[in-house]
Amino acid sequence: MAPPDLRRPFKRASISDQQRRRDLSLQRQSQNRLHAQHQSRLAHTILSLTADQPVTESEPEFELEIEPEHEEQTPRDVQEAVKLRGPEARRWFAKQLMLPEWMIDVPERLNTDWYLLILTFHYISCFRYVFARPSGKRCFVVSSNGTTVSRLRNGSMLHRFPSALPNGARTKSSSRSGQSYCILDCIFHELDQTYYVIDLLSWAGMSLYECAAEFRFFWLNSKLVETGACNDPSTYHRYRFSTVLVYNCDHDGLKAAYTGSVPYVKDGLLFYNKYATRWFQALHAHYQPGNTPLVLVWKDENCSQYVVDTDGKGQVPDQQQVVLELLDDGRLATSDDPPVIFGCLNKDFIQQVR
Amino acid sequence: MLVLCVGKMALEITQYLLSAQSPEAKVRNDAETILGQFRDQNLPGFLLSLSVELSNEGKPTESRRLAGIVLKNSLDAKEATRKDQLVQQWVAIDISFKSQIKNSLLTTLGTFVAEASHTAAQVVAKIASIEIPRKEWPELVGLLLANMTQSDRPALLKQATLETLGYICEEISNEDLMQDEVNAVLTAVVQGMNITEQNPEVRLAATRALYNALNFARTNFENEMERNYIMKVVCDAALAKETEIRQAAFECLVSIASTYYEVLEPYMQRIFELTSNAVKGDEEAVALQAVEFWSSICDEELEIQDYEAPESGDSSALHSHFIQKALPTLVPLLLETLLKQDEDQDQNDGIWNLAMSGGTCLGLVANTVGDDIVPLAMPFIQTNISKTDWRSREAATYAFGSILEGPSIEKLSPMVNSGLDFLLNAMNDENSHVKDTTAWTLCRIFELLHSPATGFSVVTPANLQRILGVLLESMKDAPHVAEKVCGAIYFLAQGYEDAGPSTSLFTPYIPNILNSLIVTADRTDGSDSKLRSTSYETLNEVVRCSNLSETAQIIADLLPVIMSKLDQTLKLQVVSSDDREKQGDLQALLCGVLQVIIQKLSSEDKTKHVILHVADQLMLLFLRVFDCRSSTVHEESMLAIGALAYATGPEFGKYMPEFYKYLEMGLQNFAEYEVCAISVGVVGDICRALDDKILPYCDKIMELLLKDLSSGELHRSVKPAIFSAFGDIALAIGEQFEKYINYALPMMQSASEVCAQIDNSDEEMMDYGNQLRRSIFEAYSGLLQGFKNSKAQLMLPHAPHLLQFLELVAKDRPRDETVSKAAVAVLGDLADALGSNIKIMFKDCSNCTELLGECLQSDDEQLKETAAWTQGMIGRAFSVSG
Repeated sequence: MAPPDLRRPFKRASISDQQRRRDLSLQRQSQNRLHAQHQSRLAHTILSLTADQPVTESEPEFELEIEPEHEEQTPRDVQEAVKLRGPEARRWFAKQLMLPEWMIDVPERLNTDWYLLILTFHYISCFRYVFARPSGKRCFVVSSNGTTVSRLRNGSMLHRFPSALPNGARTKSSSRSGQSYCILDCIFHELDQTYYVIDLLSWAGMSLYECAAEFRFFWLNSKLVETGACNDPSTYHRYRFSTVLVYNCDHDGLKAAYTGSVPYVKDGLLFYNKYATRWFQALHAHYQPGNTPLVLVWKDENCSQYVVDTDGKGQVPDQQQVVLELLDDGRLATSDDPPVIFGCLNKDFIQQVR
Repeated sequence: MLVLCVGKMALEITQYLLSAQSPEAKVRNDAETILGQFRDQNLPGFLLSLSVELSNEGKPTESRRLAGIVLKNSLDAKEATRKDQLVQQWVAIDISFKSQIKNSLLTTLGTFVAEASHTAAQVVAKIASIEIPRKEWPELVGLLLANMTQSDRPALLKQATLETLGYICEEISNEDLMQDEVNAVLTAVVQGMNITEQNPEVRLAATRALYNALNFARTNFENEMERNYIMKVVCDAALAKETEIRQAAFECLVSIASTYYEVLEPYMQRIFELTSNAVKGDEEAVALQAVEFWSSICDEELEIQDYEAPESGDSSALHSHFIQKALPTLVPLLLETLLKQDEDQDQNDGIWNLAMSGGTCLGLVANTVGDDIVPLAMPFIQTNISKTDWRSREAATYAFGSILEGPSIEKLSPMVNSGLDFLLNAMNDENSHVKDTTAWTLCRIFELLHSPATGFSVVTPANLQRILGVLLESMKDAPHVAEKVCGAIYFLAQGYEDAGPSTSLFTPYIPNILNSLIVTADRTDGSDSKLRSTSYETLNEVVRCSNLSETAQIIADLLPVIMSKLDQTLKLQVVSSDDREKQGDLQALLCGVLQVIIQKLSSEDKTKHVILHVADQLMLLFLRVFDCRSSTVHEESMLAIGALAYATGPEFGKYMPEFYKYLEMGLQNFAEYEVCAISVGVVGDICRALDDKILPYCDKIMELLLKDLSSGELHRSVKPAIFSAFGDIALAIGEQFEKYINYALPMMQSASEVCAQIDNSDEEMMDYGNQLRRSIFEAYSGLLQGFKNSKAQLMLPHAPHLLQFLELVAKDRPRDETVSKAAVAVLGDLADALGSNIKIMFKDCSNCTELLGECLQSDDEQLKETAAWTQGMIGRAFSVSG
């Protein structure tokens, strides 16, 4: 008697993985498709970011040029990037540093566009962290190959110095391995000559690009002290590093960040989106202010001295001077860090001026 | 004139029907040709004359029988499109012909020639399956019932009528009959089954008819009186004098177990006695059904347990715990069956006996009750496992292997740990049945109790060497034993996949294992090719699960060995179609191995070069495998080429001129739809490998894909893959996709409308619907991204339709996560490509907004990131003035 189909497999299960091979193939194809579409999204976005490059879309070389551009932005290449020197390094870090800090200009938009209202609601509910931004020079600090370099927003070097960061000084204990490098997002606070670390991109060769803010802060707080980077300066550690107090973005946290005292001069509040990975911040770097606030900055006279200019003696002068920058698209921005957009000139006017 | 014509045909047809069964090919073929001509010239006349032939008592049985079969085949076919065609043909026939045909068929039911009445019953059911749903034969049930109720009708007519009723119930759906018709049919059937029915043939036919009618009896089973009556009649029939009636009655009980589980409680005592007696003493055919009853109860209870929410233990109002309650008597009953083995059961795959069904049921019981089976089964195992009689040893081992799934690891691990060494020794038993079952039990142990990745395994650094020593030695045993030993290695290797440092324990043995598997695959003493395929599949698993950083060189060394084996198949002498089939099977296995190796080595940059180095030779081999066949494309070779294209990237371009014709062939293979599906997948691989270098081939590929989509012949499962391929092509060739847009978009739009109509209550259809939704979104994403740089405006007219579709999908709750991902991504692509143009369209898209918000809150990081990206794109579109 032949076995019923339903019961057959119990002892005579025959191993035939043909279907599994098909499924695995399908799985691979679908992953590759996701990856290809993802790359395409990324490339296109970067493309719109690098519009000032003299390339036109019809040129066949175009893709060749764009490819490495976006490669550079992806975390995979961070390891390569720390090896860069001179102008190349300047260029790469300049891109990385174009991280957005936005003014909240919610009220008008709230009224004008229902859709943005809903979006903004999502944004706000997504902000988890807030802290008082130290006043000073925003820079990247990279420790690798036994030395530490800080670079400003334009990519130019601020300091080259030994530090207690992993592989940040030529000491016996440093591993000297090219793999072991750190990239920190810092603000150099002149007054106490301290680097305040506001974010962490890589630590000892481990990329934190893909990690959510929560994890990056956790890692930063636990690792930075461990290395001795927060200690007072010494021969092999020229500048002190310090973390900032990060609060949960609720009523109390906001109040603490806004009014609480800190060892540095405050320059506004920084808000971090709870799911904002660095990778996404980089991606969003060139959007118009107010659209994709993965990181937001708030400034008013209570939490920043730079709302109004002061002279060398700390007096508010009679007249406020502002340096304005006319952007390519006709928008008018202050040359503050970050810039504040406050208007848009029409095309005719720009033509006339030029 | 017409009648005359029919009459003339009726005269002649007998002779052709007889000739069509002639042993002489020429006579047979000529007759078939002429019958075919009759059919083509005058279908209604032809069918009528067939029915007349079937009903004519004066005609020879042979011609009557064939007339019935030809008639049946003119109404139904296995293949769906052909069946539709035949149904349409029948429906179109003039009603006067149809009623004459039906009348002759009903008359035939009363014939004394059993073969004719039997065939007529089947044909009536076929017509009923067409006409009852259309309400075109309302009098049929009444006519048939009259045969049963009028006392003067002969037993033969009653028997044929019951048969007909059974076939009809098998053919139609239970919505097609009115409840009063169902009641009347059931009454007639149950009456025929009653113990008072004198004629055993009638009683048998009635019991078999009930089996098919059970699905219609839901309302009757809800009524306690009717249910009691039906159950009594079935249980009485299970004690009938005639074996066949008893068997049919137990088959009814099996069906009742799965259809009406929830009302069985009051009858279980009686059923337990009946099944228990049948298992112990009845003939095997009956005993098998009795065991099957308990297997079906297990199926039901396992399903209830699957759906049961673990936190609310009392939600199981449906769960009657029949197995748990019967356990103390059921388990010994099943254990006894294990001793009733056949001598040749391991050599012959077609055998199904009481021992095998009993073991299978025991396994299901273990799954159902878990730990509780262990104390009941262990005494039997311990008593029998060392006895001198092989049946005792085999039965004990089989019992041991059967209860390994279900009980907890904590419960099982002490006995498996202490029993493992015994089992390894038993691989040297003098009896091959014992060795076979022992190897199978080892297989189950490694499958179920060896999971170093999650921290538990009966395999330890201390016993691994001994295990592999025994297994590799036993691989030389009889083919059926060796096959199960391969299975044991298969699961052993699988356990070490991604198992961290434990994986390294296994690595040193891999070269020896691979060698043994290749030697085993080359064995020629197997009765069929099963050992060979099992060996290669096991080899694949060992390669696939290995830690590449440790096995890169081992796998690289394996590659040329397999390549040369594939090369040898090309030199095989092929004379018969049998040779061709054997060659194809072997090539399939070897291409499968190569595919696994290619995929493994190209998964990391460090080892990819091994593949690139031999890519030319590999491709040449695959092309030559294709050349071994003329009309079809070798599926496994196609799969391997897809993996190779992924590995080589743009370099694949040089193979395209040669490979392209086979791709085309694959895309046109409607019959073997798997081959078509794989070819469609390979189109995607090639797009990603070649980018716009695929352009010269796109016209034809698109043409074939569009043809595939519009074909009613092609299995539906291929269609989602085709939409994904549209996206792949568009992404690869960018704005060049413009010329296809007017063909592809309407297809995508109508498919998205199909999605809305898919029946979500059917799980399989729901899966299909999700695949389709996902693939349509992927197509849109590819197109939007492809056109984004220069021709985004081409997508503008199609955006409202896409948004409408997105709104619809966004409204679905719950929604498949992969669908959400694709939906949110395409939403971003739309905003990215069309910019501020979307502003107005978005006004009505509240569901999409909700979808976006929902995805931003998701626990899935990837989904969250995609949603954030989409959010950014939408934000940007809204910030641009205009």
